[in-house]
Amino acid sequence: MSNSTLPTKQRDHISTPVSAGLGESVARPDGTLKVTGDFAFSSDLWAEGMLWASTLRSPHPHARIKSINIAPALKINGVSAVLTHDDVPGAKLYGLEIIDQPVLAFDTIRFHGEAIAIVAADHPETAKRAAQAIIVEYEILEPVIDPDFAISGKAPVIHTGGNITRHVPILFGPQDLTADVVVKGEYEVGMQDQAPLGPESGLAIPAEDGGIDLYLSTQWLHVDRGQLATVLGLPPEKVRLTLAGVGGAFGAREDLSMQAHVSLLAMRTGKPVKIVYSREESFFGHVHRHPGKLRYEHGVTKEGKLVYVKATIVLDGGAYASSSPAVCANAACFAVGPYEVESATINSYVAYTNNPPCGAMRGFGAVQTAFAYESQMDKIAEVLGMDPIDLRLKNAMSRNSLMPTGQPIDSAAPVAEILEKLRAMPLPPLTSTTEGFDIIELPGGASNATHGEGVRRGIGYALGVKNVGFSEGFDDYSTAKVSLQIINGEPVVEVHTAAAEVGQGLVTLKGQIARTELGVQRVVVHVSDTQVGSAGSTSASRQSYVTGGAVMTACKAVRDEILLFAMEKLGHLHPHLLHFRATYLLVDGEIRDGNGTLVSSLADLVQDRIFECTREYRHRPTTPIDPITGQGLPHTQFAFAGHRAVVDVDIETGLVKVIEMATVQDVGKALNPQAIEGQIEGGTAQGLGLAILEEIQVVNGKVKNPSFTDYLIPTVLDMPPVRSIILEYADEHAPYGLRGVGEAPTISSTPAIVSAIRAATGLALTRVPVRPEHITSTM
Amino acid sequence: MDFFRPTSLADALKLKSAHPLALCINGGTDVMVELNFDRKRPETLLDLSAVTELNQWSEAGDSIVLGAGVTYSRIQTELHAQLPGLAMASRTVGSLQIRNRGGVGGNLGSASPAGDAHPALLATGATVNVSSVRGGRSIDIHEYFIAPKKSALDPDEIIISITIPKARGGQQYSKIGTRNAMVIAVCSFGLAIDLQTRKVGTGIGSAGPTPLRAVEAEAFAASHLDWEKGAALAPELLAEFGALVSAASRPIDDIRGTAAYRRHTLSVIAARSLKWAWTSTNEFRST
Repeated sequence: MSNSTLPTKQRDHISTPVSAGLGESVARPDGTLKVTGDFAFSSDLWAEGMLWASTLRSPHPHARIKSINIAPALKINGVSAVLTHDDVPGAKLYGLEIIDQPVLAFDTIRFHGEAIAIVAADHPETAKRAAQAIIVEYEILEPVIDPDFAISGKAPVIHTGGNITRHVPILFGPQDLTADVVVKGEYEVGMQDQAPLGPESGLAIPAEDGGIDLYLSTQWLHVDRGQLATVLGLPPEKVRLTLAGVGGAFGAREDLSMQAHVSLLAMRTGKPVKIVYSREESFFGHVHRHPGKLRYEHGVTKEGKLVYVKATIVLDGGAYASSSPAVCANAACFAVGPYEVESATINSYVAYTNNPPCGAMRGFGAVQTAFAYESQMDKIAEVLGMDPIDLRLKNAMSRNSLMPTGQPIDSAAPVAEILEKLRAMPLPPLTSTTEGFDIIELPGGASNATHGEGVRRGIGYALGVKNVGFSEGFDDYSTAKVSLQIINGEPVVEVHTAAAEVGQGLVTLKGQIARTELGVQRVVVHVSDTQVGSAGSTSASRQSYVTGGAVMTACKAVRDEILLFAMEKLGHLHPHLLHFRATYLLVDGEIRDGNGTLVSSLADLVQDRIFECTREYRHRPTTPIDPITGQGLPHTQFAFAGHRAVVDVDIETGLVKVIEMATVQDVGKALNPQAIEGQIEGGTAQGLGLAILEEIQVVNGKVKNPSFTDYLIPTVLDMPPVRSIILEYADEHAPYGLRGVGEAPTISSTPAIVSAIRAATGLALTRVPVRPEHITSTM
Repeated sequence: MDFFRPTSLADALKLKSAHPLALCINGGTDVMVELNFDRKRPETLLDLSAVTELNQWSEAGDSIVLGAGVTYSRIQTELHAQLPGLAMASRTVGSLQIRNRGGVGGNLGSASPAGDAHPALLATGATVNVSSVRGGRSIDIHEYFIAPKKSALDPDEIIISITIPKARGGQQYSKIGTRNAMVIAVCSFGLAIDLQTRKVGTGIGSAGPTPLRAVEAEAFAASHLDWEKGAALAPELLAEFGALVSAASRPIDDIRGTAAYRRHTLSVIAARSLKWAWTSTNEFRST
């Protein structure tokens, strides 16, 4: 069949321009469903005859388990299984970087809320009561709660090998410099929670082959599978995971939580088992952001040029390692911020304690240091009598600047432009307290705490920087399988990866990439599962980059195969295909040559064939850092952002109303501008939470506020409008020039708000979250 | 667990008499939280939401008789002129969804020191009308709160309504919460000025084992206000009033705030409330 015989009508139909490609604000498929309550989350799963699981957790932060008596639980009607560490068939320990955490506790309890036993029963309440009926005899031990003490060498050892989970030193430049002006400061960051609205949940179904099928919320299917296979004593191919609807993650789902428990119960009972954590259990069931103490010393010239930065960072990793070692390195690498400095002396430690385990959370070590270095920058500006923006401009990094690891920044670093643009943005007007004002606009909001009395306005600026992608030589890749076939006369592309969509919008982006690369309107995004190669983790702002890169590469491979096929079939009509195939394009359902001339419609060419390619994508390799000097090339890409915060503070009550957040971020290339705005606003909100609201309060090792009644996340009345400017300086090393966007907006949000509160109150405010009593007690 | 859902008050009272340990539920905004947290495991739940008598309000002379189940949203929209203090307190309760379900009866049933309605009821000198198969009685709000989360309600009694005098002067409700909405009070303060009786009523929330009244502050304000002409209040007078309110509180340190912070902010919001309420009292003067 030659082109000339094609019915015109069909060709018109097919060559309708493909829309919803890259660069467009394509609406996400789950948006409406989530707003109307119709989206199926992992907590909504159901299977015929399924049982419900519940967990017994330790009420003590540190104890020796003398005995566990499960008999009273087994006696309860409806209980099918009660399991302890004795019932774990494979490895009894798991972990992301260090294998140190028990699937179910044995011998020693190391934190408040540690899982000890699990129950499966025919009703969730029965399971819960059965778990409560288990009798555990404890010998209560004194918890190690202070990370400084933990690593002092005088504290009881929590894990063999000592309480220093990792120490990362960075020695950059000459180590003996002095400076005109020395500014010291000590800062503290409280324990923030990721607070994803979807609690940990999943469904495990035992399979006939002795394996298990899991449907659950997670951030990395394959690393879950690897750990589960070890724990369950199964070959990895018998552990099959499918991603269910995820209600947010932010790092909370990187570690195993309920995965092994629900699998063990399903394998023991031979029935499907479902688990859904309550909000309270969720606070105990996942890791949190590391609290930290950060001691800084900056040496600067009288003109405001940074000479040296010395920092000692002690992060509290809690009872188990999780991703603490990587967080510790990130804190070290980003201890100076987006500033050039001649010399840096950084010592970053992460400690084992009997506090709740801490691990990944949006910003990953760069959040803690940003609060410290930006507080220092403000303090230096004050000491020198300089404008804080001018001080930052004087030291701003740019392309080719060196990180303290000695790594040059080999793509755009528009730090100065971010600052200038922030400064130039118009400021919101003062909040009106004249006739007809709305209390909602004032500090305290709906609580009617002020009608303008005590209210002072403050403005603050901050910058942040963080890596995109995994670091320190990690083999960081993703896999995509892309196929193209003709269905009902229309070309249809299917994209299959194992990447976790946790709300960031990757499903939408995968479709955009396929439409753009293959010129096909209809794209089916296959559910993410382990039937395709690993996609790596949905973290480190990396999925658009790495899985996006894998989809792009697989699409290009499919295109090449189609063109090769076209050459075989149509080469006699289009001799240029032989030598200039690479210049041919797939556009609007057609193959066209470099001049845009039609070669064939895809429908005619492909007919009943299926073109399918699976490809892996890797970002440029990184290297480990030297264990003594911290020098190396640990990162592949850097993301920069800045915030300006405008706040009103009632200095008599200490209540804060953030009036506006303005932000500028370089995203390389905006592949879906609306999704990027969403990330920027969400990240800004999470930073606001850390600045003034969010803290897991741990007293003597015990969590005091495991609920949304007392762990306060920002409401719509706390989160102000965001004025954002998106810069697009393509990174020549990244797919489409994109730069990961997920984390950067969280980093500078917090210090900008605290800076604004300082400006309003004149207080030093060295700890986040800033609580109202920090303001009133010192005013 | 047994669950009853009577459709008449008579049936509800009979059931409560037969099951005195039954936990009453209406909007569920307190009870469901307690159940979710496993803090309560009642044998019996008595759902009052279908008892229409509880979901109405009416005027009775100088007072409003507010059905125990009338929602906070309705108080805000239907009663803000007659009961401004309670309407302001209602505005601070939870989220819109919570205000669409919860009502003052539930607040009184829980008798939490943090209940948002309590300071407003204390300030206005409300009366809690309760009933059982034995008959009805009215409890002065100042005698209602006995101990933390304990009220003068007998086990077989149900809260029917609250009689609240219509405003005859400025009223205010002010709360300290770390978040700008949806927050449990760190402390709160209700104030009602009565131009007719020349009295000032107060209520303190979340700063003691029960909701409290600042008796000395009330007397101080009543004796220092310029009832005749409504002259503006001197800052010193406002400060003294705030100090007396603060002195009447008995706060503790907890995860929501320190005792010192509660004492301090109570003095601030009490002084501000008096200033605001005194200004709006002028509107009553002219009519």
